Amino acid sequence: MAKYSLKINGKTQQVDVDPSTPILWVLRDHLNMPGTKFGCGMAQCGACTIHLDGNATRSCVLPISAIGKSVITTIEGLSADASHPVQKAWLEHDVAQCGYCQGGQIMSAAALLKSNPKPTDEDIDNAMSGNICRCGTYLRIKEAIKTAAKK
Amino acid sequence: MKNINNSEAVAPPSGAGGAVSRRSFLRSSAIAGGGLMLSFSWFSSAQAAEKVEALNLADQWSELAAYIKITPDNVVKILVPNPEFGQNVMTSLPMMVAEELDCDWKNVVVEMSTHDNVKYGMQFTGGSNSVRMYWKPLRNAGAAARQMLIEAAAQTWGVSATEITTKAGVLSHSSGKTAKYGEMAAKAATLPVPKDVKLKAPKDFSIVRNSKKNTEGLKVVIGKPLFGMDYRVDGMLIAMIQHPPAFGLKLKSFDATAAKKMPGIKDVFSFKLYEDGFEQAGFDTRTFNEMIAIVGNSTWEVMNARKKINAQWEAAGDTKDLVNGRAGKKEVTVPGRLETTSKQLEMMAEFANGRQSTKPAQQLRKDGDPETAFKNAAQIIERTYNAPFLAHNTMEPMNFFAHVEADKALVAGPVQAPGWMEPSLTKLLNLPADKIEIQMTRMGGGFGRRAYAQYAYEAARISQKMKAPIKLIYTREDDMTYGIYRPMYTATYRAALDANKNLIGFHVIGGGIPENPVHANRFPAGAVDNYLAEGWEIPSNITIGAFRAPRSNFNAAAEQSFLDEVAEAMGKDPIAFRLDLLKRAKENPVGKNNDYDANRYIGVLELLKEKSGWGKPENAGKKRGVAAYFCHASYAGHVVDMVMRDGQPYVESVTSAVDCGVVVNPDAARNMVQGAVVDGIGQSFYGALTHKDGVPEQNNFHNYRMIRHNEAPKKIDVHFVENDIDPTGLGEPPFPPVFGAVANALFKTTGKRYYNQPFMSEQPNAKS
Repeated sequence: MAKYSLKINGKTQQVDVDPSTPILWVLRDHLNMPGTKFGCGMAQCGACTIHLDGNATRSCVLPISAIGKSVITTIEGLSADASHPVQKAWLEHDVAQCGYCQGGQIMSAAALLKSNPKPTDEDIDNAMSGNICRCGTYLRIKEAIKTAAKK
Repeated sequence: MKNINNSEAVAPPSGAGGAVSRRSFLRSSAIAGGGLMLSFSWFSSAQAAEKVEALNLADQWSELAAYIKITPDNVVKILVPNPEFGQNVMTSLPMMVAEELDCDWKNVVVEMSTHDNVKYGMQFTGGSNSVRMYWKPLRNAGAAARQMLIEAAAQTWGVSATEITTKAGVLSHSSGKTAKYGEMAAKAATLPVPKDVKLKAPKDFSIVRNSKKNTEGLKVVIGKPLFGMDYRVDGMLIAMIQHPPAFGLKLKSFDATAAKKMPGIKDVFSFKLYEDGFEQAGFDTRTFNEMIAIVGNSTWEVMNARKKINAQWEAAGDTKDLVNGRAGKKEVTVPGRLETTSKQLEMMAEFANGRQSTKPAQQLRKDGDPETAFKNAAQIIERTYNAPFLAHNTMEPMNFFAHVEADKALVAGPVQAPGWMEPSLTKLLNLPADKIEIQMTRMGGGFGRRAYAQYAYEAARISQKMKAPIKLIYTREDDMTYGIYRPMYTATYRAALDANKNLIGFHVIGGGIPENPVHANRFPAGAVDNYLAEGWEIPSNITIGAFRAPRSNFNAAAEQSFLDEVAEAMGKDPIAFRLDLLKRAKENPVGKNNDYDANRYIGVLELLKEKSGWGKPENAGKKRGVAAYFCHASYAGHVVDMVMRDGQPYVESVTSAVDCGVVVNPDAARNMVQGAVVDGIGQSFYGALTHKDGVPEQNNFHNYRMIRHNEAPKKIDVHFVENDIDPTGLGEPPFPPVFGAVANALFKTTGKRYYNQPFMSEQPNAKS
């Protein structure tokens, strides 16, 4: 076990865990932040996507020992009131079906728009194809990203 | 065969709900209205007064029906009886209540109810049933509550109830008196429930048929805890299980010394899910009976400890299950063989065309004289279609919370059929039903998988042993390799044409491991004079379950491809050919026992033809495939436009037409159809769960391919047939015909017919 100090959603949080513990489980089990989801445990589905220094990162394969001074943002920290343009666009297009993957989808989309405010369809496909949705909401996700890009 | 109930007949068993009070008028009206066994125990006035609860939004709720609570400040809470797995019942069911209650949708809050067989009847999500089975009962509840509010106002104002009108949550009298519902709610709750209520005509709907946003959309986008995975209580432990690595193996012995020494680990032990002689209900399917449980403080610690277990497995041999399902109580022998996909295909091929004398298939339907028709045929077209097992791959893996104590138990998590769990839990835990509380969380997908709650029973067993609250979590690998798959199917279709290219005979013989897919009484039964349907089954230890209409999604691929090929041989347009057959079935049906309504089928095909511009010159250059199918109680069809992109087939756009009766929430319904199209393309192109010596060859998303963003169509236009038919369900029906339309578009695009799923396994140089 080792003590870590993490900067998450603008706050500093202390945890004492094994250095190999993925950030996903630090968030979910130790910090009671369940917005970041477990889907595959091997960075194949994107349900666990967070921002590490603003970049979309799969938290299920990211050990806490690798974080250093990097800043973490989770879906809870994107905005707590859905005021972020991507969250707003998700509501406008009523994207969710079961909703389980959508936190990860939103985090991938938000990171895309930060680095590329006017993405083409191909840019969106490239940035989003690591996020699986079994309900098949991909078309609405694309529309929502385009709506958010206009704001 | 293991626990085989017809995997597609996911409808509430008759008599579900058990000993329900007959005082509820809603129960009897529901039966009169549609043969539904639903029960709503309404509170008498005295009980209602006691039931004014302190809940989260206000300190005074007046309960007007089992589903409706109103505060003095006019907030209307509507409880949703059926679990949510993405079909949006948390919005559509309250819309039905609010419509008849005549309240302001802006004032409505929605909450998942707990499980209560007595109060809510059979709570069940699956079989495209939620909106369909609650259509009348929930509207009755809304209308009755409205009537009670009117009566309360009439008594308060000293006027006749007939002179009071309602609109958007306001009661008005011709004298000019008005009151908001909240002002009358407490009094209304003390009044008797009206014996008879009048429901609105569809033309008067103002909430139903008007798109409403998902009531849980906000919680989804800000990451609030909603799902079983998110459930937690203080002091809760995390549990995982290790199941045998292959179908047909069982636990021989294990050494957990090292695992138990790992940090944070509380215990490692083996447990039996069912005691010997346990009588399984139809949905108590379990693949493995003895497993190793690992319990500890946190998920990562438990995952790591599991790797340290040294377990030995051995052949299970043939085993017996005692199953009391739809077919009655019977002992089922589960074969012990370790299965390999290539061998499974060989076995199925042996059975496929029905020409073996030693393994006769069961005749399911026969019209006319098919033998003679085929004997006299000028041309016979015969094709065989295959499809593999499919894993559900809900994005949220299986999980469940359980806290079993000496005299009571709480279980909570994602489950489609809480009512079916209850009787089995009472037996497993030896506790009376009223001491077992079942809470339903939002499900991260279901698609049929969560109708089989064996993971909840495992959680209960582990909690019982630990004497502590635990949450059982499956990893993706646990989830994908556990079984309860869409079955492996095959079917051979034969068509007999006379010298003038008329269809004079039709024969389907289908089977599967371990279930026969053939729906003998569906189209084209009823449209062909000489018709034969046969089915067979090969028992297996690979467990199967419902999968977004498993038999239908196979049949729609096979039959709709076959009809395309027959139309081609006859020189007919594929839509015109189907319409000719349906016209025959409508005007002069063969046989009496046809499951489908030819008229609604025709309506969908005609709408599809119109909206897709089928046959129009501007679409002449497109590579298009069409299919339409009936399943559950609705009709759906798609036209798929395909192109070659980077050397591979790609579905660029889709036009869909659906008849599901009244569409309660149109935009959400379009979302579900679009999702079914994307899911159908993905499953038909890529989906497969194969085996080698009993071991699943896919165990996570790196080797089980799911459709992704870049593979989804650019456009899916969804059109609904407009009618006033009571809703007939939407979760499953749009999914099956996608498979057939994709197969037919593949032919147009590549010049090659695709008979085996996943289709991309037959595509040269397909990217894996």
